[in-house]
Parts: sequence; C-alpha cells; structure tokens
Amino acid sequence: MSIRERLSGNEAVAFAMKQINPDVMGAFPITPSTEIPQYFASYVANGEVDTEYVPVESEHSSMSVCIGAQAAGARSVTATSSCGLALMFEMLYVAASSRLPITLALVNRALSGPININNDHSDSMGARDSGWIQIYAETNQEVYDNFIQAMPIGENPEVRLPVMVCQDGFITSHAVENIELLEDEKVKKFVGEYNPENYLLKKENPLAVGPYDISPYYMEHKKQQAEAMKKAKKVILKVSDEFEKISGRKYGLFEEYYMEDADLALVIIGSSAGTAKAAVDNLRKQGKKVGLVKIRVFRPFPMEELAQALKNTKAVAVMDKAESFSSCGGPLFAETRSSLYDVENRPKVINYVYGLGGRDITVSHFEFIYDQLNEIAFTGNTGQIYRHIGQREKDGDTNEL
Amino acid sequence: MIKKASEINELTPWQEMTIGGEIYEGGTASLVNTGDWRTATPIFINDKCKHCMLCVPFCPDSAIPVKNDKRLDFDFMHCKGCGICAEVCPFEAISFGKGKK
Amino acid sequence: MRKNNIVEIRWHGRGGQGAKTACLLLADVAFQSGKYVQGFPEYGPERMGAPITAYNRISEERCNIHSNIYGPDYVVVVDETLLSSVDVTSGLKEDGAVIINSEKEPGELRHLLGGYNGKIYTVDARKISEETLGRNFPNTPMLAAMVRVSNIIESEKFLEDMEKSFHHKFAGKPQVIEGNMKALRKSMEEVNAG
Repeated sequence: MSIRERLSGNEAVAFAMKQINPDVMGAFPITPSTEIPQYFASYVANGEVDTEYVPVESEHSSMSVCIGAQAAGARSVTATSSCGLALMFEMLYVAASSRLPITLALVNRALSGPININNDHSDSMGARDSGWIQIYAETNQEVYDNFIQAMPIGENPEVRLPVMVCQDGFITSHAVENIELLEDEKVKKFVGEYNPENYLLKKENPLAVGPYDISPYYMEHKKQQAEAMKKAKKVILKVSDEFEKISGRKYGLFEEYYMEDADLALVIIGSSAGTAKAAVDNLRKQGKKVGLVKIRVFRPFPMEELAQALKNTKAVAVMDKAESFSSCGGPLFAETRSSLYDVENRPKVINYVYGLGGRDITVSHFEFIYDQLNEIAFTGNTGQIYRHIGQREKDGDTNEL
Repeated sequence: MIKKASEINELTPWQEMTIGGEIYEGGTASLVNTGDWRTATPIFINDKCKHCMLCVPFCPDSAIPVKNDKRLDFDFMHCKGCGICAEVCPFEAISFGKGKK
Repeated sequence: MRKNNIVEIRWHGRGGQGAKTACLLLADVAFQSGKYVQGFPEYGPERMGAPITAYNRISEERCNIHSNIYGPDYVVVVDETLLSSVDVTSGLKEDGAVIINSEKEPGELRHLLGGYNGKIYTVDARKISEETLGRNFPNTPMLAAMVRVSNIIESEKFLEDMEKSFHHKFAGKPQVIEGNMKALRKSMEEVNAG
C-alpha cells in the first residue's frame, strides 16, 4: 500500500509537487522554504516532471508568474516564507480576486522585524484577509497530505480560490520524521487534471482576466468571493473524505484531541499542537479533563463547528503564534472568542501569544497553561485575558518552566 | 449561463455576474457609448483631406474609421471630442468647435 | 515530561563539523531499523565554527512533541573545545551518558562538566578519521560511538544500513566508502568508558 519513508517537511512538499507534476512553478528562494524550489529544480533537471520552471527576481514576480500561468489555463505552484509572502502581498489579492486556484506552499517564518529566520505565524496571519484558503499542518505527514488535497479544493468550480498550504519553518520543514507517501498513480488520479471552464489560451473563447472594477461592480465581486469562501468549507470536508479513502488518514476543519468530556481546552495551530498533546496525555493520566482543538483550516474559519467543539468546556486558552498588536489579543483569539459569543454558558477564554521568532514552547509550558485554566475554571475569575508566554520577565523567567 | 459583458450592467445582482469580473469576449469597449461624453466636436472637411492618415493613429478612441485607404467621417459613438485630430492635421481638414453635434 | 519509550539525543558541534549530518544519518539508520524518528537541527545563521545544536528523538511509536530537547538521554560532543563554553550536560539524565570526541580519558574531562555525575565516554574521532579517511571528519566516528554506547540500534544492523546509506550518498565516489566503514568499526571498538 503506502510507502514508508522519512522526509523533512520541505522534502515532503517537493515530493508531493513532483507527484502532481504541475504545469508551472514560479520559483524564488527564501529561508526556510528554499529547499522546495531547490528539490523541485532537480526533478525538473532530471526530467522527472515536465513543469515549466520559471526562476524570477522576486516573490512579487513568482506570484505574478503563477497568476499569468493559471489565468492562461496552467496549474501553477510556488513556495515562500515570511518577507517573501509580504512582497507577494499585492499579488495575493490579485490571485484571489481573479479567482485563480494557485497553490502556495508557505513555510511559516517570523516577519521582520527585528529580522529573524525562525518560525511563527506572523507571515500567514498577516495575509489572512487576502482571500486565500489557509490550511495548516502539525507534521510533515500533514503538510504532504494537505498539499495533495489543495488543488481538488481550490479548483472546485464552486470554490475557485487559491490555497496556502502552511507548515512551521524549521520545526517541520527541516526536521526529518517518518512519513507515509502515496503511490504516484494514486496521487495523480486524486488530484486529476486542471480543467477550467474558461482560460486565456482557449482559442474558441477570448477572455479578459482581472479588469478594472468600478464601484458599481466591485462590491458584487467581493460578495462572490465571500460566498465562495463559505462554500469552501463543504468542499474541504468532501475532499478530505475522498482523501481518507485513498490514504486511511482522516482530516476535518480541525482536530479534536480528548475533547469529548474536556473541561479545559486549548485552541492551537501547527507543530506545537503535538507538544501540547503530550501535555494532555500527561494530565489525562492524572485524571484531569483536558483536551485541545488543533485548527487545520483557518480560512475559511470553522466558526459554528468550533463553537460546538468548545461549548461544554469551562475554560479555554487560545494560543496565537503571531502578534496582531491589537493590544487585546492575537488573530486566532479574536476569531475563537467571537465564535463562542452565541454559546449559552460560554467558557472563560484567555489568550496566550507564544513561540514568536522561533521561541521554543515545551510540554511543561502547556502543563502550566492547563494549570492556569484550572484555576480560572475553579475561581470563575479570568484575570488577565491577553497574555504572553516564554519571554523573560524581570520577576522570574517563564522559560525555566 | 455565462453572461456576455453586454448583458451585465449596474443593475446586475452578484449572483449573475461573471466570476472574478472575467470578460468572456473581446472588443467589449466598443459597446460603450463614450460619444456621450463629448462637449466639443471635430468636423471632417473632405475637400481638404489628403488621406495622409496622420489623424488615425493619434485618435485615442479609435474613432476614425478607414476603408480602402480613405479615412471616413468620425465614429461619433466613440469620439470623446478631445481635438487631438484637429491639432495634428497638416491640411486644416478637421475643424473643431464647441457643441455635441 | 519524559516518556520511557522515547530516546532523546542532543548533539553539540561547531558549524562545518557535520553534527547536523550525523544527526540526520542517525535518524536515517534508526528509521531503517523500523523506529519512529525525529532529526532536527536548531537553526540560526550558519557560520563555520560557531557552536550548533542538533536533536534526535527515537521511539517505537510516533512522537508528537515538537520542542527542543532539554532533558536528553544522551549527549554527543563532536568538538571537545565546546566543553569550556557550552553547558553540554545541561538537563542530561543521570542514567544517561555523554560521549565526547577527545583523546583524553573520560575521567580527565569530568571537571569540565559542571558537576555532572553520570557516565562519560570518549573516543578519539579525529585520530580515527585521519587514519581511515585521511582527513578530519569527526561526525561519522561520533555517530558510531553514539550507537555503540546507546545500543538504540543493534551494531551489525547499524553497520549494514550505514554501508547502504554510503553507497547511496557516495555513488559518485565509491572509493571513500571503505574508509568510512573502517572509521565506524574502529570507533565502535575504541570508544572508551574510562
């Protein structure tokens, strides 16, 4: 059946790209995503794919290459991180509003400044309102699986939106771990061919893409995008059902870990969810009713589903690996707390900003957070809502936990 | 199902507009009656015209039709009345005056 | 925090000495023998000679933890000169071991290890490498010593898998395979428990 391997997250994405054999890759290197176009270039050089590999001079151009190619009718991919995503910013909106289902492998890295190459989610969170579907991974396995599901989701005629497949820079991108790969034919069959109804090179039907939109039309096109993003939720679940049939691996909008009877819960995105699971395991052994929700799909945001998952908890800590400088919490916190607004007897909710610029978070940190939640649930007193963890403090080092 | 640009206007609901504002046919600019915007009008004086064709490429709105190597009278559905043609004509074969015509 | 079935290893080296490569090779051979593996370096700006750290987790079941390692079972020190500047035994379990690239006896190094009371092993990886490979590549001998001391992989199986791995890695220069295999064997024989 499946192929047992050990690959880093970047190798896994490059390998998925090879199996898919896209028509065009816009390529520009930036740490820690550089290995993806690097590995892929060797596949191109060895004739293992027939992708048109377009090396460009900036990320603004690599996304522009993808936009032009996808509009022409070619399936296109690219990879980037951090400042590279920031330089694409304008073109991200163009891709999404032109409804071009490009796939972007994002290797999450802190966005300057101060300049830093390590992991957090400030790059993708900054682009959260650009109209891209965002799918996050905890492990190399998940990023491989998510990448294979990206095209059937984005290219669905009901959706037609670009997809950002995110993984944590270095933590999964450069870590070698076990992985189960699917056979080439299975992947090719699952992903299928890109067959848009209309495209620039369709000679029977001339087409203009991305025209200037005056105000009597703009709002209607934005409403279309918003509706497509709503429909994406259903399509994501349908594609994951089909993926389960070929892989045996089940995915949803989020993963629930020991949530059936949990009083205390975390909501978290990405690789640190694994570390938090180890804390849940330890605390469950002590009889504590703790659980966690790992968000897989951040855009579209699973608002009703998350409210369902959290409605019976007493206290929730939302973990943000990005600052939003709202002065009152990170982006995941804002969305999660909003989704709980309509829940009767809603839980107390606090926010922890953690892991910025590669700051490590350990099992002990998570055990500490559950302890804090326990106190909140017991006393009914939330205390400070917007918190940071892992930074040095004058009156004690939280890293020493 | 797919709407032509000519079938979409400022009353069309979002459900009936093309996805992403795509336009599925070429040359749709010719559907727009920009001649409406004109407040001054060029007048073609056939007798003085040598058909040098200088005015044709200068016209920003492609409003000077050409047939059998001869320029014809203005296409007033699209002429916005900018007066560039009168300015560049070496033979005073285009006069330019206020009014819509 | 520790799960009994997870073996955690921390590598200390200097940029350019191949500690990261050794860490990834260990993940590779442990994978070959059917284990779940993690092999990951701690990244920063890469500079030749600067102290670097790399990590392995090896287990019978998939390990979800994605933090660095603070309480390792084994520590491998690829460059002896790090002992005076880096707290290599920080968090090292008392029933674990530190394996140091040094020509010295283990006992001679204990005073540099900040009160650490556990086992110390040494192996002269520079000498072994220079004898077998003609140059100082300390990482492969250190990997072999690490496997010998920890027993996480059975020795013969390890040598077998490494040979396969070398054939793959050095497909373009097969002449170096024999030297590398010699380096591994010699290191396993000469690792010194003091």
